Amino acid sequence: MPEIRNYTLNFGPAHPAAHGVLRLVLEMDGEVIQRADPHVGLLHRATEKLAESKPYNQSIGYMDRLDYVSMMCNEHSYVLAMEKLLGVECPERAQYIRVMFAEITRILNHLLWIGAHALDVGAMTMFLYAFREREDLMDAYEAVSGARLHATYFRPGGVARDLPDTMPQYETSKWHNKREVSRLNENRQGSLLDFLEDFTNRFPKYIDEYETLLSDNRIWKQRTVDIGIVTPERAMALGFTGPMLRGSGVEWDLRKKQPYEVYDRMDFDIPVGTNGDCYDRYLIRIEEFRQSNRIIKQCIKWLRENDGPVILQDHKVSPPSREGMKADMESLIHHFKLFTEGFCLPKGEAYAATEHPKGEFGIYLVSDGANKPYRMKIRPPSFVHISAMDEMTRGHMLADVVAIIGTQDIVFGDVDR
Amino acid sequence: MSTRIQQLSDRLQKAVGSKLQSNIVAFKEVTIEVAAKDLLSVCETLRDDQQFAFEQLIDVCGVDYSEYGSSEWGTEKSSSTGFSRGVDSGVNARLRFGDEPNYISSDRPRFAAVYHLLSITNNIRMRVRVYCEDEHAPIVPSVVDIWPSANWFEREAFDLFGIMFEGHPDLRRILTDYGFVGHPFRKDFPLIGHVEMRYDEEQKRVIYQPVSIEPRVLVPRVIREDAHVSEAVVPLTSEDN
Repeated sequence: MPEIRNYTLNFGPAHPAAHGVLRLVLEMDGEVIQRADPHVGLLHRATEKLAESKPYNQSIGYMDRLDYVSMMCNEHSYVLAMEKLLGVECPERAQYIRVMFAEITRILNHLLWIGAHALDVGAMTMFLYAFREREDLMDAYEAVSGARLHATYFRPGGVARDLPDTMPQYETSKWHNKREVSRLNENRQGSLLDFLEDFTNRFPKYIDEYETLLSDNRIWKQRTVDIGIVTPERAMALGFTGPMLRGSGVEWDLRKKQPYEVYDRMDFDIPVGTNGDCYDRYLIRIEEFRQSNRIIKQCIKWLRENDGPVILQDHKVSPPSREGMKADMESLIHHFKLFTEGFCLPKGEAYAATEHPKGEFGIYLVSDGANKPYRMKIRPPSFVHISAMDEMTRGHMLADVVAIIGTQDIVFGDVDR
Repeated sequence: MSTRIQQLSDRLQKAVGSKLQSNIVAFKEVTIEVAAKDLLSVCETLRDDQQFAFEQLIDVCGVDYSEYGSSEWGTEKSSSTGFSRGVDSGVNARLRFGDEPNYISSDRPRFAAVYHLLSITNNIRMRVRVYCEDEHAPIVPSVVDIWPSANWFEREAFDLFGIMFEGHPDLRRILTDYGFVGHPFRKDFPLIGHVEMRYDEEQKRVIYQPVSIEPRVLVPRVIREDAHVSEAVVPLTSEDN
């Protein structure tokens, strides 16, 4: 009889289910995993080092490119860290706008997660559904910042500009005739807030559709129930945050426990799992869709009723208006200094964390009083979660690795930085 | 919140005060500094003592303090020809390849590991900093046995800064390329790197060669002690807490 030995299997870095450039070295006993050794860093761009060579403002754009499916949430931590060192707080309207877009981003992130996760596990339709809704939200991104993905919208002291009164419209082309285009533009006749309100009214129905497809689906349950179980004690020891921690039954959400911006005025619930398996984490993220939708609705209501500045009127940190520059010498000087030199943060260090869709996304800034960070450390949620890959996959079958990668919701821009 | 921070600082002083090199409250955050030899015992207290209960290690971050406080553009005094403009080459501002980083001599050691802790039970955060005594062989004990989440963070700090974590089970490089030489986040490692990679048509393989791009600085590093940030936005100091 031939001797049976363990063998090593290379998973990725170009495997479609690896969610990017993950190279997993799996030690297998038959189809059972004995040890998983993730090799990361294939997308390492040294964002932290780059930030050290640039004025603070110029690194906001890099934040978008970390976790490239939840762009504004990354910016959020970064601007909060700067504001903490500056000792400023942004205007109320800007806080509501930030919260609204943080929640829009959460939905964007979870939509991509559910699409990719379900696709990996074998449900093709989910992917198409998720991208249908992502389109609307990316249009909201575009309307407010001009970019569909890398927005650079949050600024120290507020947001780049106020919400627009009009939405971009579709135009007729050889693929879309007039009638089609007018149907596509139907909900784009009003302001951005009208468009988003229309979306929040439609969205709960879409979530029901996802649940119809997955929640009681036999194949989905076979692939996710009791897969990748993490106990609450282990989840805390492994540094899990966000849905990964809540899936294990720990009630922890920075939006509730350490509220920033206006989250303490929002009415929403935190879903918590019981078993700590992939299915629980799925249910939590589905519930987060609904809760985010609720928060967005509350923000829209407030933003309609209240007006005000959206960025701090302190031109040492925020640029003066274009009109002001034409007439006012001081504005011109402020503008010149801000864009050639930037602003200096006081000496010291600060850590700011937000509840990112994937977990706790933190920025640790060390400043020596210069116009560039002395050291910036990004605390990415995905990096921590993927470091538990070995523990979560041990003893599972090869096919479950795909489900576990999916449930961890990892994005390599975030892992590698 | 701020009184809770101060209370935490006081309790730390009471519980492990003899091992603390410093205990600062600034920007509504507690930072303690301990010697490398005391790190493990202090961390165990922080995790197991119920008045602290820091059950989560959120982050481990390496820092290279060798250029702390250096600027490339003098703003304090002007010469007869005006302020200097980015002529003092620092690391990010290095103008030629031979340039050495302008170390600021200070009494603090060059490398430090910074740990961010979170207590879910008490809903509070804190920061622990450990300086590496030897600049040429920076070593601190590993906290993997206390918080398993330290594993990859310590590998990262080793990879990027060359800080050794004594007792780490698997201290390999993590983020840089296979076969990478050097520790890229050290301040004396140039931003543009040392080597670049390309496919060589003649040798029919990927080769490494010295970088061909020129270093450059767009915005010089400036430190302004004066009221650049206006009065209304002066940050909280430790007294305000």
